Amino acid sequence: MSPMAKWLWLVAGILVVLVTASLVGYLLARRQQDQPSATIANLNSRIKAWWVMVVLIAIAFALGKTGVLVLFAFCSFTALREFITLTPTRRGDHIALATAFFIVLPAQYLLIGDNQYGIYSIFIPVYVFLGMPIIAALRGDTTLFISRIAEVQWGLMVSVFCVSHAPALLTLHIPGYEGQNAMLIVFLIMVVQASDVLQYVWGKLIGRNKIAPRLSPSKTIEGFVGGVASATALGAALWWITPFAWWQAGLMALVVNLMGFCGGLVMSAIKRDRGVKDWGQMIEGHGGMLDRLDSVIFAAPVFFHLTRFWWAV
Amino acid sequence: MIDNIVAVAATTAAHLITGVRGDWLGCVPEARPRIYFANHSSHGDFILIRTALPPELRKTTRPVAAADYWLKSPARRYIAVNAFNSVLIDRNVVTRTVDPVEPMTKALDEGSSLILFPEGTRNTGPSLLLPFKRGIYYLAQRRPDVELVPVWIDNLNRVMPKGEFVPVPLLCTVTFGAPIHLEEGERKPDFCTRSRAALLALAPEPDEETKAAKEAAR
Repeated sequence: MSPMAKWLWLVAGILVVLVTASLVGYLLARRQQDQPSATIANLNSRIKAWWVMVVLIAIAFALGKTGVLVLFAFCSFTALREFITLTPTRRGDHIALATAFFIVLPAQYLLIGDNQYGIYSIFIPVYVFLGMPIIAALRGDTTLFISRIAEVQWGLMVSVFCVSHAPALLTLHIPGYEGQNAMLIVFLIMVVQASDVLQYVWGKLIGRNKIAPRLSPSKTIEGFVGGVASATALGAALWWITPFAWWQAGLMALVVNLMGFCGGLVMSAIKRDRGVKDWGQMIEGHGGMLDRLDSVIFAAPVFFHLTRFWWAV
Repeated sequence: MIDNIVAVAATTAAHLITGVRGDWLGCVPEARPRIYFANHSSHGDFILIRTALPPELRKTTRPVAAADYWLKSPARRYIAVNAFNSVLIDRNVVTRTVDPVEPMTKALDEGSSLILFPEGTRNTGPSLLLPFKRGIYYLAQRRPDVELVPVWIDNLNRVMPKGEFVPVPLLCTVTFGAPIHLEEGERKPDFCTRSRAALLALAPEPDEETKAAKEAAR
């Protein structure tokens, strides 16, 4: 199949899913007219938000590498903004925080755009890790120093470093797959997001036993197993847009789904600690950017490195 | 034209940096003269309230600002007068020639809404809200029919603390509470305390004073 034909099939498939979801949502809402249910209203605003997200992603991809980098840089920006908003920072952190937003974030994406793997893969974990405490120390505020530094560094790791590994897939050189790397990003996003949605659906249908009631009261063992299994099957079925064989695509999807699930748990733990339900209110029905991105954050670097290690030259 | 571009640019920048949206808890946006009174910790406060308002209400909502600060340089004058059509008042009791309540009343009569900071100055100290100046009482006395809407601005002091030049992007919220009115025979200190409590009740930080205010507001 030519790359063009693959794209057409992909777009058609996504449209079919979204149209079906919208129709089901519409019918459910109409049937419930007398007593409007919050679950169905939330479902419909989620579906609406999915349309917006798919259209935005499509525009970014149509604009090429720059479009994709700008899209993910924007995601990082809003994610970091949500993270720092819920982090107790002090006056003394001001310059360090401004540096994180206006220097570290753009630098990471520029380095990826320039294909500088040797630098972008260690820039935040090593150099920013050392640089941030230096900037903060120069301001002279020692109160809670180590936890403040650690929180800002962690925010940068999840919101910028990890997220940026999705567009970094564009820089991999995979023999026989030239010009199609963007489909790896689509594969990653579709599998991870399908896993989230399917875990929710399976959980609603047959969910009985809670996995981590203190972290996430809606996550159940049945939802987890059903969701991961069906999203893994979806990943295997999507092998034709990847450089992987069908069973390899399935294994990749499994790893990505497990990482995504754990990402959701970890980010929930932080939210619980901060006493909030959502990271923000940016996306109607979904919460904030971090609420939508939590599983991608943990899955992207692992998916990137597995692909790079075994398939790229 | 250029004035309008500056105002739109400021609104867009405020959106981009703070992601702000109005949280209408106690009332809904309406196109009629109102007095929005808010806590004051940053020079960006009135821009943030303006940004949180629906676009059709922005043009008729004028901030009340201190002449001594905003007329100090041509740039400040431009922002306050041309871009945001502020109602400038003279804070100096000794030298002023007009009663500051006068221009505010006039703006309300012309159909504008006002953004008022009853603390009188920016609050940079540790307390959530300074005691209110008397201006809000005199204004309420002159126009008792106009609704006074408490507006709590949260987090903007972290975006741009005093003395910093680069803003840090953080999510801010602007909460609009239930309107209050001056009650018949209500005395000046009582009204100042009551309006202050109405504003304090909107603050999210759990604190002894806010807890008491929230109890009282219920």
